[in-house]
Order: sequence, then C-alpha cells, then structure tokens
Amino acid sequence: MTNASFEPVLLARINKPDSASLASYKADGGYAGLRKALDMTQAQVIDLVKASGLRGRGGAGFPTGMKWSFLPQNITGPIYMCINGDESEPGTFNNRILIEEDPHQVLEGIVIGCYATRATTAYFYLRYEYGHCYRTLQKAVDEMYAAGLLGKNILGSNYSLDIHLHRGACAYICGEETGLIESLEGKRAWPRIKPPFPAVEGAFRRPTVVNNVETMACVTHIVNRGAEWFQSMGIAKDPNNPRDAGSYGPKLYCISGHVNKPGLVELPLGVTARELIDKHAGGVWKGRKAKAVVPGGISMGFMSEAELDTPLDFAGPGRVGCLGLGTAAVIVIDDHTSMVDVLYNACRFFAHESCGQCTPCREGTAWSTKILERIRSGNGKLSDIDLLLEISSSIGTIPGTTICGLADGAAWPIKTAIAKFRPELEEYIRSGRKSAAPQLVGAH
Amino acid sequence: MSELTDDMKAKIREHFGHYPTKQAITLPALHMVQDAKRCVSNKAIEEIADMLELAPSQINDTLSFYGYFRTEDAPTGEKRVWICRSLPCMLRGGEELLAELCERWGIQPGQTTADGKVTLELAECLGACDGAPCMLLGDELSLRMTADSVEEHVKG
Repeated sequence: MTNASFEPVLLARINKPDSASLASYKADGGYAGLRKALDMTQAQVIDLVKASGLRGRGGAGFPTGMKWSFLPQNITGPIYMCINGDESEPGTFNNRILIEEDPHQVLEGIVIGCYATRATTAYFYLRYEYGHCYRTLQKAVDEMYAAGLLGKNILGSNYSLDIHLHRGACAYICGEETGLIESLEGKRAWPRIKPPFPAVEGAFRRPTVVNNVETMACVTHIVNRGAEWFQSMGIAKDPNNPRDAGSYGPKLYCISGHVNKPGLVELPLGVTARELIDKHAGGVWKGRKAKAVVPGGISMGFMSEAELDTPLDFAGPGRVGCLGLGTAAVIVIDDHTSMVDVLYNACRFFAHESCGQCTPCREGTAWSTKILERIRSGNGKLSDIDLLLEISSSIGTIPGTTICGLADGAAWPIKTAIAKFRPELEEYIRSGRKSAAPQLVGAH
Repeated sequence: MSELTDDMKAKIREHFGHYPTKQAITLPALHMVQDAKRCVSNKAIEEIADMLELAPSQINDTLSFYGYFRTEDAPTGEKRVWICRSLPCMLRGGEELLAELCERWGIQPGQTTADGKVTLELAECLGACDGAPCMLLGDELSLRMTADSVEEHVKG
C-alpha cells in the first residue's frame, strides 16, 4: 500500500458531527469488533493480536500480544489492566485527539484487551491536564454501562468488566508503567525495580497489563479487519535480524514546531520525516529550512537535515543515532534557531521531571541543565561539551545506572546534539554570546 | 469545623469500591480538596488520612511529589493559568508569552496577582503542541495563545 492511497482508520471519524457519542459510533459499525471478540476464546484474541505484529504505540514498541501472553496462567484472583493516558512526552498529542474525538474506538479496544487478558477491572490513568478528555471519557463510559457494554455480563457473554478513570497530577514520570502503577496506588510515582514485571506483580501486587491509548484503538481495528490487513501496511521485519519485530499498521504522527501546518497525521508506519514536513505539514515555516528534527518526542534526540529521509518506523531513527521511534512526535526546528537554546530546553525538561529516586538521573539532569545555563550566559568553556558527553553516557538504563528510562531520554538529546551540531555549539561558546531568550525567574 | 465537607466525604467513600486499597484514593481526594479550596491544608491532610486509614505523613509524601497540589501557605488565586514552555511551545513563542504575562501582571511564575485573581504557572508539555503556544486554565486547554487571548480567557 502506498502512502498516497492510504485511507485513515484511527482518524476516520474525526471531525464528524457528534463523533464522541455512542450512538454515532454504533451507527458507523462500532462495537462489532467487541461482539466478534467475545465469540472467540481469550487465546484466539491474543493469537490474533500477536499475528498482527502490533507493537505498543506509547514509546517502547513492545509487541502487544506478547505482553498479554506474559500473564501467569491458571491464576486465581484479579488481573488488572492499566491504560496509560499520561501522554506527556514533549511534542505528543495523538492520544488527546483520539480521546476527545473518538473515545469509543479506544474503549472498545480496552474491553477486547481486558477480555483477552481476563482482566476484570481496568484503570484508565489520564493526565490531569486533559480535563476535556476526562469529561468526554466519563460520558462515554457512562453510556457503555447504560448500554450493557460494561458492567456485569457484557452483551450476554458472562464476561464482566469495570472501567474506572483515574486522574494524575502533573508528573511526566507517571508515563513510565511502574511509575503509573505507584501513582495509581496513591504514592509518589517512583518507578519500580524490574523484575518483577507488571505482568507478574503490578498494580496492588496483582498481575497487570499496562497499554497505551492508541495501541488499544489499533486492537479494535485488528479484530474488525484481521491481522493480514494490519500487516499489509508498514515495514516488514528484517529477515536477517531475528530480533526485529517489524513495524506494521497505521500510526499517528504528531507534527509540531516550525512548520506551516502543525497537526496530527495518520499514515502507514515508515513515512519519512521529509514527507511528513513537506506533504502533510505545509513545509517549514517562513520559507526557511529545517536544521534539526526530533523524530518521536524529545527523549529520542535529534536528526539533522541530511537525515530527514530516514523512515520513521520502529527501527529507522535508531539507524541515525536516535534512541528510537518513541511516540512518533515530530518536532521541526528551523535554521534560525540556536541548538544551544534547544538543548537547554530539553535538559531543563528532564531536570524538572526527574523523579529524584536515582542519583545519576537526579544529579545528571540538574548538572547538564546548569552547564547549558552557563553556556547560555556567555560563560561556557569548550571543555563543557566533553563534560556534557560524559554525563550523557553515564545516566540511564543503557549504561545501567538507573531504574527507568527517563535518564536515557535525557541523555539522547545531549548525545545527538553534540554528535551532529558540535561545530555550532563550539562556535557559540567561543563567541561568548548570551542567549536572546527571555530570562525567566523560577525557571525550574 | 471539618475541612472536608460532607459532600467530599461522600464522594471519597464512593471510590472505596473502585480500588482494592484505600490508599489508591489519595490522588482523587487531594484533587477534590485542591479544586474546592485552592490548596490542601494540614487539617485536610489529617482528615483524608483518617478516612483512608493512613498516617498524615503518607498523604503529605504523595502530595509533595506532584506539582499540582498547593500547601496551605501557598494557595492559588481564583484562577490558575499554566503556560507551556516545553520545546514545541518554546519554538513558537511560549517563553516570550510567559515573559509578557509576567510583565503585564507584575508577577513571576508560581506567583499570584496582588488582587488574588490569577496564579501564573510554568508548565511542561501540556499535550497541545498542534496549537503552540498553549495554555491550561483550570483543567481546560486553549491553543494558539497570545498575551491578549490569555487575558480574555482569564476574564471570561
């Protein structure tokens, strides 16, 4: 399938009148997938999702069906599903639009996922800032209870499920799945040491599956249209690499920053950043050129202009030194922007959002921000660049010094900015220039 | 005088059946109090702890972790405005917008205007990058903001 002939699936109902209501969702064939799934065995649903090759859309890209199959078999007592709606990665807004415009598409996937994993309670963890989403979801959940799509004996299947909405309180770390679980339990959102993984011991010390919002919307369509349909889109797995799980299906790409038309675009996985910018976002604004592009949220690092033809599938960004596809949130930075200001912004974000539990992350993010502040005030030293590199190679799960990946996300903007824009950073330091950005008191 | 109203207590009790532990109701309870009183007083912390069968220090431990809640020495104004300064908003004038509002209102981020009407907050990515620079007023997002449109929203 070419990108030109692609018809949106996840965004098909966006902008329709009353798209968030149960009546309009049903009129468009909604909940046919749930009925179909309830006639299958749980194992058949899991096998279908496995066969589709669906990988989680929240950032890590873990195969969804495999995640579901990690739950212990023949277990008594409750299993929980947590939906990760703590979308906070800078540049990312796809889940907000899905929930605001078409909540039932997501909720149908959640019920199917819960049925497949034998979960009887789902907690939808939603970031507090999404108040509109919260009210839209609550209304949709109420409609489902009234229509027998939630609660006891759903559609006469003997399967029962409750969904509870749970609001966060403005902390990025709640997007990390065990941070989310701690927060749900009423504690500070300190990520847990793994193992045990949530599938074995998660929320309330019970087996738990944590899935992203867009992932669950994909489940709805996979049950409706089949695994082959899903596999007809995207980039096939590399036959020479047994560890590559491929990049199948449609994906929501968020485009923001210096483009003429920022927004949300749905395309098969593997579109290039250049195509997204030129064909779907009206090009770089003010007739300028792109200097750098973030491929999937700020924690993935930067691509240079020369790397914009890289396919944005799960494997593509890694080939040009980025951490991965992340959330597929593409942030475009034009050639009039200082990479010192951009890197400072990234470092400050992670210093602000580090949960403080692991010393390398807490100290590393704070010190890298202070070094960038020094450079921005005109007092940088050339040796600061190597110091930043040293910090960025010492923090995170990849060097093995932290519990969660937040610090890897903090390291990658530093590593890639230095690898790709070192002459600009050095010239800035040599010139002793001060940043033109406003000085904000209380900027942490 | 109880800090938690009967209505709040009833709403907290409604949550009891939704979770296997009472501690899980910490965030919902804190939100109820913050929204009603613009801060969470020490007395409210004690009352929540009592209802959830926890020590007050456990509630305070959670409260102090999240940027959203205010303690009794620093309540917010009548309205609370968050301006995003993460990368997509920064690239489209988020920091300049924040600086302009500081100038107009004579306050720094985190502070409240002298008449107690508005608290101005720094936000990290609010998830509305398609409309940068964006704002959160209460819990509603507004996109493509200018200093004038922020002021209109705050008045309205």
